[in-house]
Amino acid sequence: MLLNRTQTNAFSTDRNTRSSAHHYTAPKIAGGNINLKKRFRIGEFIAENIIKGVAFISFAVIVLIFIFVFREAAPIFSPTKLTSTDNSELAQETYGEESSAASETVTEQKNKSVESSGSEGDATAKNLLGKEWQPVSENPKYGLLPLIVGSFKVTFIAVLIGAPIAILAALYTSFFAPRKLREFLKPTIEFLSGFPSVVIGFFALVTLASLFQNLFGYQYRLNAFVGGIALSLAAIPIIYSVTEDALSAVPKFMTEASLALGATKWQTALFVVLPAATPGVFAALLLGVGRAFGETMIVLMATGNAALMSMDFFEPIRTMSATIGAEMAEVVFGDTHYNVLFFIGSILFIFTFILNAVAEFYVRNKLQKRFQGTA
Amino acid sequence: MKKKIIGWMFVFSTAVATLLIVSAIGFMLFEIIRSGWGKISIEFLTGAPAEGMTAGGIFPAIIGTVLLVLIMSVAAVPIGTITAIYLSEYANRNSIFTKLIRFAVNTLAGVPAIVFGLFGLGFFVQFVGGGIDKFISGDAQLHWGQPNILWASLTMALLTLPVVIVSVEESLRAVPRDLREGSLALGATKFQTIIKVVLPNAYTGILTGAILAVGRGAGEVAPILFTGVAYFLPHLPSSLSDQFMQLGYHLYVMSTQSTDVEATIGIQYATALVLLALTFLLNFSAVFLRYRLRAKAV
Repeated sequence: MLLNRTQTNAFSTDRNTRSSAHHYTAPKIAGGNINLKKRFRIGEFIAENIIKGVAFISFAVIVLIFIFVFREAAPIFSPTKLTSTDNSELAQETYGEESSAASETVTEQKNKSVESSGSEGDATAKNLLGKEWQPVSENPKYGLLPLIVGSFKVTFIAVLIGAPIAILAALYTSFFAPRKLREFLKPTIEFLSGFPSVVIGFFALVTLASLFQNLFGYQYRLNAFVGGIALSLAAIPIIYSVTEDALSAVPKFMTEASLALGATKWQTALFVVLPAATPGVFAALLLGVGRAFGETMIVLMATGNAALMSMDFFEPIRTMSATIGAEMAEVVFGDTHYNVLFFIGSILFIFTFILNAVAEFYVRNKLQKRFQGTA
Repeated sequence: MKKKIIGWMFVFSTAVATLLIVSAIGFMLFEIIRSGWGKISIEFLTGAPAEGMTAGGIFPAIIGTVLLVLIMSVAAVPIGTITAIYLSEYANRNSIFTKLIRFAVNTLAGVPAIVFGLFGLGFFVQFVGGGIDKFISGDAQLHWGQPNILWASLTMALLTLPVVIVSVEESLRAVPRDLREGSLALGATKFQTIIKVVLPNAYTGILTGAILAVGRGAGEVAPILFTGVAYFLPHLPSSLSDQFMQLGYHLYVMSTQSTDVEATIGIQYATALVLLALTFLLNFSAVFLRYRLRAKAV
């Protein structure tokens, strides 16, 4: 690769070349030896490193997200630290370096924390496992369980409905559809990912909710089921797209061998290609789960937002993402409630981070090995 | 015989699944266009909300959305393009640094939008904005340390960064190697080759990336919820430190927090239609450009 030979031998360049009047690196032919060594150029060096530095931003952002989301969430794990962090936040934002004003806040905050630590509202790790989410009340309760259950419930419904549909549609697109139709289907279904989630949420809220209530006759108009259906519309394009890619990445000789042995088209699709593409399909599922789990606007609008703990699919739920979306605008910065919302954000971040990492490393390596191993 | 039935059922089920998705898209489009079309008018598109948002237009929300994506593009497109240049032209495929960047880009694409919102609040609004305030005035004056259009745009830029990177990198890789080698053989340096040969040949890809990013940014609401969007503003944003209205957020508040949801249902559908039309237009042109790019590459 000619292009990747960038920093080779910056210093041992031929002196004759360097002193030559030409501004380009003419390979100097001396005594039959062709000198192809690269000259050191300060401009090139700077350009490359600036480009490298900008490329580093992506990684830096990931690290910064880690730091800043966790930093705001951290105080809930140590009630004593809570006060000091609160103070520095407050002092930084509103009082600057006026020490008298700052110290006033210190005492205020301390009193407040003494009060709150006596009550049930104390957001220590133990209380986060409670079954009630009542952040704005006399005795605030920050039990995350109903939110976690809500998130998993709606994600489960969305993937349960969306995944089979998306995978079957991917199979249809890559095997059974006529060529003309295929060229229409792929962009159309991927087009669904271009729907703003707020529009899908709105559609679920005003149209789907009433439609399904009339159809199934359940009690609550907005519930986990409606939210799950709407959410599946967001998860389908990604599952479909990644599955389709995985299916078409299966080497052609496998399909041909199967067909040559007398298998029908559907037998080939079901018993040869789909098993070969399993890691890719698995990755598609993981990404779909991640998409559904982190989605905010759809669940915020279509699930009813009641923090109930039940296994009934037709009752309203409140998810973690929707809780952040609905409550963050109203909390006091640096408050326990504020910290807990950031903690929920950290959970979301870690969960999707792990899903992506697994989809990325494990599955991709496996897929590559499988195809290269058989090739 | 039994096998034939199973096979037929399998093929049939795949076709049904496909039909389900396509008809869901069709139904959604049909409903929104049917219910929203009647309300669309020049007054609606150019008027401000009136009578407690139960009447009037959505002009401020359109302007807010446009400003948001413009500022976002100014940040996301150059950074994304340069990152793509690094990945396509400089990066050594096997170096840890490259793998780290690739992993970061993929991870960034999977971070939930709401987490970007939290990050924007914690980092841009409070840390950077608060820091600027402290540096400038050093007192209680909150100017930059509160949600505004700049912080919202930058938060959105981070969300759309992977979209730009992936698209631009694809187009850079589509530039034939012969062109690069020809340029290098004529004595151009690597950087000159990239600027004068590779980039001009990949401009449709960069444009596609920018358009896709704008389409994504115009539709997302979660990242701006607490980094700058406002429920209602009597005036248009005039500086980077102003708050703004946005179509998606407008749709959200109208359909969930309005005092009379029934009365404004027409406005809601029309807002959804405008938002949808905007994102579709952008996505369509991106698909078209990409199609042309691929046709050229082959």
